[in-house]
Amino acid sequence: MAYDYDKSIRPGKLPHIWCPGCGHGIVMKGLIRAMDTCELDRDNTAIVSGIGCASRLPGYLDACTLHTAHGRAAAFATGVKMAKPEMNVIVCGGDGDGTAIGGNHFIHACRRNIDMTYVIMNNYIYGMTGGQFSPCTPTGDKASTTPYGNPDPIFDISKLAIGAGATFVARTTAFHATQIDKLITEGIKHKGLAVIEVLDDCPTTYGRRNKFRSVVDMMKRLKDISVPVAAASKMTAEQLEGKTLTGILHQEDKPEYTAMYKEVIKRAGGAA
Amino acid sequence: MNHKMIESGNVAAALAVRLAGAEVIAAYPITPQTPLTEKLSQMITRGEMDAEYVAVESEHSALAVCIGAASAGSRSFTATSSNGLLYMSEQLHWAAGARLPMVMCVVNRGVGAPWSVWNDHQDAISQRDAGWIQVFAKDHQEIVDMTLKAFRLAELTHIPVMVNYDGYYLSHTYMPFELPDAADVKAFLPPYEYLHTLDPERPESLNTVTLPDARHDVNGVKRGGYMDIRHNLHEEMRLAMEVWEEIDADFQRRFGRGGAPIFDLYQCDDAEFVVVAMGTLANQFRDVVDRLRHEGIKAGVLSLQMYRPFPSSHIANLLQSAKGVMVFEKGLSYGNQGALFADLKSALYPFPARPTLHNFITGLGGREIRTEDLYQAVKTSCEPGNQSSPEQTDTPQWIGLQL
Repeated sequence: MAYDYDKSIRPGKLPHIWCPGCGHGIVMKGLIRAMDTCELDRDNTAIVSGIGCASRLPGYLDACTLHTAHGRAAAFATGVKMAKPEMNVIVCGGDGDGTAIGGNHFIHACRRNIDMTYVIMNNYIYGMTGGQFSPCTPTGDKASTTPYGNPDPIFDISKLAIGAGATFVARTTAFHATQIDKLITEGIKHKGLAVIEVLDDCPTTYGRRNKFRSVVDMMKRLKDISVPVAAASKMTAEQLEGKTLTGILHQEDKPEYTAMYKEVIKRAGGAA
Repeated sequence: MNHKMIESGNVAAALAVRLAGAEVIAAYPITPQTPLTEKLSQMITRGEMDAEYVAVESEHSALAVCIGAASAGSRSFTATSSNGLLYMSEQLHWAAGARLPMVMCVVNRGVGAPWSVWNDHQDAISQRDAGWIQVFAKDHQEIVDMTLKAFRLAELTHIPVMVNYDGYYLSHTYMPFELPDAADVKAFLPPYEYLHTLDPERPESLNTVTLPDARHDVNGVKRGGYMDIRHNLHEEMRLAMEVWEEIDADFQRRFGRGGAPIFDLYQCDDAEFVVVAMGTLANQFRDVVDRLRHEGIKAGVLSLQMYRPFPSSHIANLLQSAKGVMVFEKGLSYGNQGALFADLKSALYPFPARPTLHNFITGLGGREIRTEDLYQAVKTSCEPGNQSSPEQTDTPQWIGLQL
């Protein structure tokens, strides 16, 4: 029997705005399956986003959703979690929203280790505004603002999250559909800030400028560059050249922010 | 020699910025401005324009880059819309207070929340007190001409200038316009020279903390405090109106276009009733005025081009003898009334005989503005019975609400 996604979709919200071949829909389905696995009460779940194609995702979902200012999703979500620590808080967004205009909020959410799940869809480009380069557009690739090749070095989002203090960091791709919900599930269960980076494809504004003949080619690339962390340990540096590690990249136990804050309130003599 | 072409408003703006010889451009994508800066980025990378393009990670950084570039003596430009302009707000005040002559195109769009990508003027109106000069264009030719004149105005007054034009109505539509010859523009707009350019040979501290009172600098020269510096910004901004008129006269002499830099008038010579509006909305009223004239109502339209500094005496001198004035706006000062309406009303206050005033709010967030609705609103306001009570005249009336 087909999986019942309809119960999680807000009536009348489809069709979505994503282009044919875009991976955001695969991520959305993965998120629905993960929320089902974790049996999240949708009335007690806030899904927060900023601006961009990926940030349109929460609007389709039947939960408490917040569509906020560009780059500010992590800050809004932090506010929600602080006011209602019992709520499940999930952030969705893209590479431009999360690591350029919202980079500051992203690293500070990681640093605080506040109990939220940040699903960041990295399609290497600003898709919604027509394909300007982002901090994740590979060096040398073309974008509407770098028509002759991008000179900038990139952010490795997962490394950035680990460096900033996130206590759960995982990476997968839009090709690895079943791994998406498994990693998001682990992220939701994790107590602390969980970042799940999903390498995604944008055939419309990234693919056609960068010699991908079809969506299938883009998906094949996502498959080809991926190496599970376990397999990578048995590979040489030469074999790993140009590859991207997938799976759980980092996990540790550290005090969670809202719990620590509750302690401060108790010490100060306030109502816990 | 002029070059005639048909292009979008965003491309018209980009070509004007190239002609103006902007040296540093920093911008962040936002609808409906994006194609403007994409065009600039393309021309720079192709070597068709000698400038630096800095693709930044936010609007706040975009204006910060322009501030740095202008402080170092470069002609700088940026462009944005809506929430992008609001995100620049801190830097807007900084650029004005630091007296840095830069130009920015604001492709007007409604402000969130809730999100809207469509046109209105709330973005610019909300920033009217930041200390920037604000002008509004209503067609592609005005975008080109105003942008060129804006660079000269900014550099003569040391006050930054915002060139506003309506998102989609102008940014994404195609219209014919003329581009002046590059050599002629060069003569009109000499190279940028700033008084306080950062120079390692001649070190200066710019915009340090000021005290409430004036004080003497290390050379014994008396330097104004914060209040004096801000007073001068205001006074010199008031004088900018005259400078704008002089620039326009020179522009007209060289290029044959101009003559109405503060506002332009349609059928106002003998008008008893005058509509006031900014941007493309003013163009739409020409049809309304034609229809009213046909019915024997002496109506005209004043299209306001310079909004800050507000041309109080120009506009009051013209309107004081009218019977009725209707102000139509795509934005408002929440909790009061239309910002332009309030400005206009205060300009008319000193005159003994004042026209009756009506305020209309329309087209917020891209709500369709039907010419028929505008016609009805003006016609009703012209009727004698509708010109007395404050409820009818001082409370903004909303056109096209779907409550």
